[in-house]
Amino acid sequence: MSGINDFAFKIGTVNGTGSASANALLMQAIFRMGIPVTGKNIFPSNIQGLPTWYEIRVSRDGYTARPSAVDLVVALNPSTYAKDVATVRPGGYLLYDSTWPLDPDLVREGITILGIPFGQLCVDAFEGDRDRTLLRNIAYAGSLAALLGIDMEIVGGMLTEKYGKKPKLMASNQKAIQLGYGYAMEHFACPLPFHLAKMDATADSILIDGNTASALGCVFAGATVGAWYPITPATALMEAFKGFCEKYRVDPETGMHNYAILQAEDEIAAAGIVIGAGWAGARSFTNTSGPGISLMQEFIGLAYYTDIPAVFFDVQRCGPATGMPTRTQQADLMTLAYASHGDTKHIVLFPADPHEAFGMAVESFDLAERFQTPVFVASDLDIGMNDWMVKRLTWDDRYRPDRGKVLDAAALEALPRFSRYADVDGDGIAARTLPGVSPKGAYFVRGSGHDKHAAYTEDSDAYLEVVDRLKRKFAHAATMVPAPAIHSHGPADVGLVTIGGCDAAVREAADILRAQGIAADVMRIRAFPFGEAVREFIAGHERVFVIEQNRDAQLRSLLTIELSVDPNTLTSILDYGGMPLTAKVVVDAVSAHLAGVTA
Amino acid sequence: MTSIAKPPVRHPSSRTNGRGLALRDYEGAMSTLCAGCGHDSVTAALVQAAWELELEPHRVGKMSGIGCSSKTTAYFMKQSHGFNSVHGRMPSVTSGAAAANRSLTYIGISGDGDSLSIGFGQLSHAIRRNVDMLYVIENNGVYGLTKGQFSASADIGSLSKKGEANEQAPIDPVLLALTLGATFVARSFSGDKKQLVPILKAGLAHNGLALVDVISPCVSFNDHEGSTKSYSFTRDHEVEVVQTDFVPLQREITVPETDAHVRVVQMHDGSKVRLRATQADYDPTNRESAYAYVRDCQLRHELATGLLFVDEGGRSMHEMLRTVEKPLIDVPYEELCPGSAALDALMRRFR
Repeated sequence: MSGINDFAFKIGTVNGTGSASANALLMQAIFRMGIPVTGKNIFPSNIQGLPTWYEIRVSRDGYTARPSAVDLVVALNPSTYAKDVATVRPGGYLLYDSTWPLDPDLVREGITILGIPFGQLCVDAFEGDRDRTLLRNIAYAGSLAALLGIDMEIVGGMLTEKYGKKPKLMASNQKAIQLGYGYAMEHFACPLPFHLAKMDATADSILIDGNTASALGCVFAGATVGAWYPITPATALMEAFKGFCEKYRVDPETGMHNYAILQAEDEIAAAGIVIGAGWAGARSFTNTSGPGISLMQEFIGLAYYTDIPAVFFDVQRCGPATGMPTRTQQADLMTLAYASHGDTKHIVLFPADPHEAFGMAVESFDLAERFQTPVFVASDLDIGMNDWMVKRLTWDDRYRPDRGKVLDAAALEALPRFSRYADVDGDGIAARTLPGVSPKGAYFVRGSGHDKHAAYTEDSDAYLEVVDRLKRKFAHAATMVPAPAIHSHGPADVGLVTIGGCDAAVREAADILRAQGIAADVMRIRAFPFGEAVREFIAGHERVFVIEQNRDAQLRSLLTIELSVDPNTLTSILDYGGMPLTAKVVVDAVSAHLAGVTA
Repeated sequence: MTSIAKPPVRHPSSRTNGRGLALRDYEGAMSTLCAGCGHDSVTAALVQAAWELELEPHRVGKMSGIGCSSKTTAYFMKQSHGFNSVHGRMPSVTSGAAAANRSLTYIGISGDGDSLSIGFGQLSHAIRRNVDMLYVIENNGVYGLTKGQFSASADIGSLSKKGEANEQAPIDPVLLALTLGATFVARSFSGDKKQLVPILKAGLAHNGLALVDVISPCVSFNDHEGSTKSYSFTRDHEVEVVQTDFVPLQREITVPETDAHVRVVQMHDGSKVRLRATQADYDPTNRESAYAYVRDCQLRHELATGLLFVDEGGRSMHEMLRTVEKPLIDVPYEELCPGSAALDALMRRFR
């Protein structure tokens, strides 16, 4: 139940009206009070005029999943009044702009309705439509500071950080904050029963989104070539990479860049650029989402068949087709695992949050070069675009890139003959050369049938030698990719298997289930191909639930295909409406299933 | 792609260039294109140009897409790194390779099918990007590998092997390149080695993308209605003993030696191409007049040949990207990674 440092609230506004900075201010202020907090931005796929919400969850226990219910709604968008008022939990609160008469849609038994004339206050206090609209957001942030007990000193400090060098903006923002804060303090019993109290639980944490963290990973991994085509929700990744490169990779004296970012004409070209750069020896990557992955498939198959390293960040969104570009899903799993025509299989990494997105970004380049193959990092909109509270990112300066088997001129000289695709070590990985290094290392990359010397062939045996080696290489990768993360509190009959950003909700659900007397272990799959630990976890539990965010149980399918698990032993919990998963969905499904089994 | 190794022997008296390499050292695998294919003449010109420029073979990236033209990369400079990518996408692969390692020489070989249909976008954007590469289009107006469909460069009224007349206007890669701001635009004829070799050399030396459209006749799809050597005629009159295919052996077409500015060349199917070499007073540094000249020639059913436009002051991809002089693949990791202290400092931004 809600209480001190344990509640959730959301703000319903119209996109394009400038509420983002107010929401970020609220979230950051709570974080700086030392209280664990998470924010989910639920926004439409357009520029302005449609409904948007920002959900903030405060959790003294550190839960970061989307809240199952909200205690307070700030309803500032008349077109969603009916929907917004319905989401308040019984006994909760609703705050609306009382400049206008109470809309009948906002009336509901069992909740407390608070009105503040934000519009009128801003009209009285500020000049011009723009200021009046923008500062209304700061005013509601001020009123929430009063209602929820946000430390105004912290808020003041943040305004100084942001507007310290812009006195006019500083003054108007301070005034707007005080408008909302003062009105609430004067008219309501502040703070509300659920509110904030300073803690010390965020000192070692940061607020960051997954796209930014992934971009940082690319910088630290030593990626030099990025190619992309703008697409929601992946765009911010390359933009962040560009920003970091401008900070860290530009020679201050000459202005020269030791990176190349190419905005391609489409996703196909982006994939081609990345593959060309990978062939030439650069760590290269692209960022895209489902429609882009669809377009890149031919190139992905080429890179797979010709042993070229390349990294693809897929920030998944709702499909199929254009789908819902600003909603989250995990529906590209099958596509990534087997992208392109013919027999193909790919390494896929599944970060659960921005912290892991940073680490996996680095690891993806190592795996791509070690195995000389495309590697996918399957993030999603929730991880990529939302603000997560995670442990601060750290770096081990001893790290050096794993470039895999690359023969230099001396090594080539020592060879009687260089054969590009010969499996000398029996691990499926053939040594490569980089163009321009030595005459002896020259070979031909061809997507057509080739033998182990890279020569054209239509001979069955020579072809089989190559494709069977690729299969061995993939099997070898299963021992090198990240192992699943397993959380257990002791022997349990129930196993919860999940992936990616579902982790937070599933682990919270396991805690709730345990409190209800149901012991459940959690295994989060972190990579494809699946290692032995995945098989063992499934075999070690009597009832296994597979929780994922797509309609067709793609993870469950992959598990049954790749591990020959009996599909009937895996019960699916599927949540694919586009919103981040909540613990309640998992708890309800598991409880209902177990009750059914018992009955 | 398809390739047969040539025996590694050369005449002891064959001339060598400054690197001590003979012309033969710049050759590749045995061509499996049809005998007489114009593309093989382009290959020979590329061999000659590379030999004369004394390129280090292993410092050359031979890039191509898919199609008869894209096989060419296998037939020259066997000690170079070759890359047959996917249909129409050679420009993006080359862009990436050039971004990663700017110290190599990139030769992209494409065709009218590869570049003017599926690859039209990539060609256009490679021109806009001004990738440092030689971009050769072996232009024959027809899809050879799939046996005779019109390509986007086919002239209005030209007949397919089935006798159908092409009704759509052609895309002229030279006019396209001039329009898009290409910094080096040339056209030649596969059989005019005298003109083609210097153009290829100039293109290889150019800073930026050098587009060379080479009219390159296809020998195999001349079986129009009325021909007794056509596929349909053969089918109607044959008694099939075993299922087979037939590729007529033809002689390579070369341009007649003449002082005239307009040279008429008869193609394998009997059609004639009129090539107009640029004249002494032609100004290849003026984009507008170059465009007008090429367009005028086109209206007269002539193909303007020679170096049609060059702008040595244009900014190449690397200049626009402001990339360091050193190839990116040679920048030490230590210079690429900001390190833990920088990350620790950065973390304050996220609090």
